[in-house]
Amino acid sequence: MKTAVLFSGGKDSTLALDYALRYSKVKCLIGIASENPESFMFHTPSIEFVEKQAECAGLPLILQKTKGVKEKELKDLKAAILKAKKKFKIEGIVTGALASTYQSSRIQAICNSANLECFNPLWQKGQFELLEELQNRKIIAIIGGVFAQGLENFVGKRIDQKFIAEIKPLVEKYSINPAGEGGEFESFVLDAPFFKKKLVIEDCRIVEAGHGSRILKIEKLKVVKK
Amino acid sequence: MILVINTCSEELHYFEFVKPVEEVLRSIKVECKVRHYNELQKKDLIAAEKIIICGTSLKDFQYLKDLKKFSFLKSPDFEKPVLGICAGMQLLCLAFGSALEKSREIGLTDAFFGEPFFSIERKAQVYSLHNSAVKQSKALEKNFKVFARSEHCVQAVKHLQKPFYGVLFHPEVRNRQLIEEFAKD
Repeated sequence: MKTAVLFSGGKDSTLALDYALRYSKVKCLIGIASENPESFMFHTPSIEFVEKQAECAGLPLILQKTKGVKEKELKDLKAAILKAKKKFKIEGIVTGALASTYQSSRIQAICNSANLECFNPLWQKGQFELLEELQNRKIIAIIGGVFAQGLENFVGKRIDQKFIAEIKPLVEKYSINPAGEGGEFESFVLDAPFFKKKLVIEDCRIVEAGHGSRILKIEKLKVVKK
Repeated sequence: MILVINTCSEELHYFEFVKPVEEVLRSIKVECKVRHYNELQKKDLIAAEKIIICGTSLKDFQYLKDLKKFSFLKSPDFEKPVLGICAGMQLLCLAFGSALEKSREIGLTDAFFGEPFFSIERKAQVYSLHNSAVKQSKALEKNFKVFARSEHCVQAVKHLQKPFYGVLFHPEVRNRQLIEEFAKD
């Protein structure tokens, strides 16, 4: 089956892409650039770099801008999906939805109305299981931004076994989801085994974003050969 | 051992519709074995203490073309407990002469239980994902008792004589205790 993957450049959509590559024919990625940082649907703090990630993956990217207004952003998502359907003759959409029925049911409804299959290979996966799977699949991701108490020092750090060990005691202490499903943090993928090239951050700084939030502001990002 | 029957025609859907059911069973340390209905053998049915028939995607209707593969359900001597989820419920009811109707529900839905169904009673929020449902009719009520409905359709049934349970909603997403109670009952 020919598919398109909804791709934000974070760990979940990259792992979903990994599944999609193993079980379908991925024709393109779809990225949604939301102007609303508090969008219920799209969490894309590093969307400007998605084009470079798509280049690394060697896949065409359909990038759709949206103002991120609740429900209206769904029309923009549908427009992007229909564009992918027309251009690449896709038969299904793959998402990195994990537990949010709000997000997944809306994407399911869009796919249903567009007569496309909808695949959610991470659906209901345990959060620590997901973090471990990222290690097993050798997906290299870093923390691109934190938005919850107790995670301040994780910005820019790699999601690896050390991260998993360090976040475990914080899960109960601060009632956070270890994989960031509640919006506690955002991730950014630099490399994966199926990437033909990889990303290297050449210049970055940590920016305070208020209310304890911190964002990794990437100033210079380079695509390099592997 | 619980036999978990996969009804998905696309391999990638296993992770969405079957694996979460396996995970619920594993979390309560109940042994399970997954078989796609195309690979189902008589020995699998003999070895199983109970059976769960999982759901599939909104656009997947292949299982409706393969009803013969589920003919074991109407065998007079087949009495093992069965839980049919979504497509699984439809297959259970179709095996006993019921019909389907178009009914679309996507996302969280309120289901109203006339009587307790396992430990779910009164009003419960359920996760639905279907384009068709079992039609409430004399044909259905001849063999099944309807335990719950949503605004649009029948949500939960139990066979009048056999330990066959059907839910149109997905308890592996919301109301996982239903799977746990079926497994341990």
